[in-house]
Amino acid sequence: MHNTGKIIIGLLIFLVIAAFPIWYAVAGGKTGEMPVLEKAARGENCIIDSVLMKETHMFLLDDWRDEVVREDDRWYRSMTLDSTIEKSLTRTCLGCHASKANFCDRCHDYLAVVPYCWDCHVDPKEFE
Amino acid sequence: MSALFALLMIIVLLLIPIIGTEVLGLNYVFGVVIPYAAIAMFLIGFVYRIVRWASSAVPFKITTTCGQQKSHPWIKSSSLEAPHNTWGVIGRMALEVLFFRSLFRNTKADLREGPKLVYGPSKWLWAAGLVFHWSFLIILLRHFRFFAEPAPFFVSGLQALDGFFQIGLPIIYLTNVAIVAAVTFLFLRRLYDPKLRYISLGSDYFALFLILSIAASGILMRYTGFRADIVDVKQLAMGLVSFHPVVPETIGVMFYIHLFFVAVLFGYFPFSKLMHMGGIFMSPTRNMANNNREERHVNPWNYPVKTHTYEEWEDEFRDVMKAAGMPLEKEK
Repeated sequence: MHNTGKIIIGLLIFLVIAAFPIWYAVAGGKTGEMPVLEKAARGENCIIDSVLMKETHMFLLDDWRDEVVREDDRWYRSMTLDSTIEKSLTRTCLGCHASKANFCDRCHDYLAVVPYCWDCHVDPKEFE
Repeated sequence: MSALFALLMIIVLLLIPIIGTEVLGLNYVFGVVIPYAAIAMFLIGFVYRIVRWASSAVPFKITTTCGQQKSHPWIKSSSLEAPHNTWGVIGRMALEVLFFRSLFRNTKADLREGPKLVYGPSKWLWAAGLVFHWSFLIILLRHFRFFAEPAPFFVSGLQALDGFFQIGLPIIYLTNVAIVAAVTFLFLRRLYDPKLRYISLGSDYFALFLILSIAASGILMRYTGFRADIVDVKQLAMGLVSFHPVVPETIGVMFYIHLFFVAVLFGYFPFSKLMHMGGIFMSPTRNMANNNREERHVNPWNYPVKTHTYEEWEDEFRDVMKAAGMPLEKEK
């Protein structure tokens, strides 16, 4: 092998970069921790199936915003609750899941998601 | 034909995780075994190929003539085009890797009416290649939100920059659009030009289709109803990197398709032209300093040549030469 020193340095740099998640996990030490969500303050069911809610709540909130702001359509028929609820992040979502910090932020922080909901909305708890 | 063959390969590869997880229920195989095997193939294969390349002989110093070599102090030399030391070589290599400088010099030859042969600049390949590679890098770096807890510092910055225009929800990343556009262009470019179509192999199309499939499955998972619960996805990813693999039940088939395509890319990497990622550093015209006036490059094949100098020759025949009255360098 020619230029053995340089080749080995190059390969070591490659392997260190490729193994970044492994040594980051060893150094950071938080590999098995899952986000723990606070239980809803009231009610048994979410307004839609909770697995579907976990995966698609951003679409729902996006639709709600457009419908409320552009069409003045403020009411949502929930199948799981069998009742009509208000399309409102602050009143409906945060009405049950009382704490943004202990509910929304848990998963969002875990996955570095920065939703822009809070550019306009406020978390009422933060101001009490 | 070769494009159709590559497309057929992709369809077969698409069916494997669908049948594997949906029908056979081999979620552990597709979530843990195949990704580990792919990473092992990637790392071992990569190192093996580099060592193989590094072991081949370097008989000549290959100087490129696109810049003035360093010679006399009053002649201005080009330290990036014809570097004469290691720092110059590092500079040239960095520009090559980051901005594809030699591809920027790409020209095309066209036969126009007349018939007349016309040469001209051709920047489209360079532009699409640059967009594609940078998009891929940014997308890869963004994915570290799944592989590292807490997410590394660069992730949120890249996400903010990439989603700067806040179009749609989830926010459409510019790199997602760019990579699909660039790879599509690189594919159509091969189909459009008859000369290029003639020299294109199945493996050329396959690499493009594979990357397009990875991008498409990821985009579908992010923006459409094929969503995966990313908390579970991160649990799987963190299990893999900490060597305590867990396979959450709720992960859907689109994620396994995405992961399988990525695994195929990693496993295929060392066997394919994608090895240019490591190979670029091994290119003699890029990594050799143009210093053959300063330092003699010795061919490693050279054996010790048996020489017979004039002095030795004269020593051998001095007496005879002296007797014949011939002039001598040394009299004795």
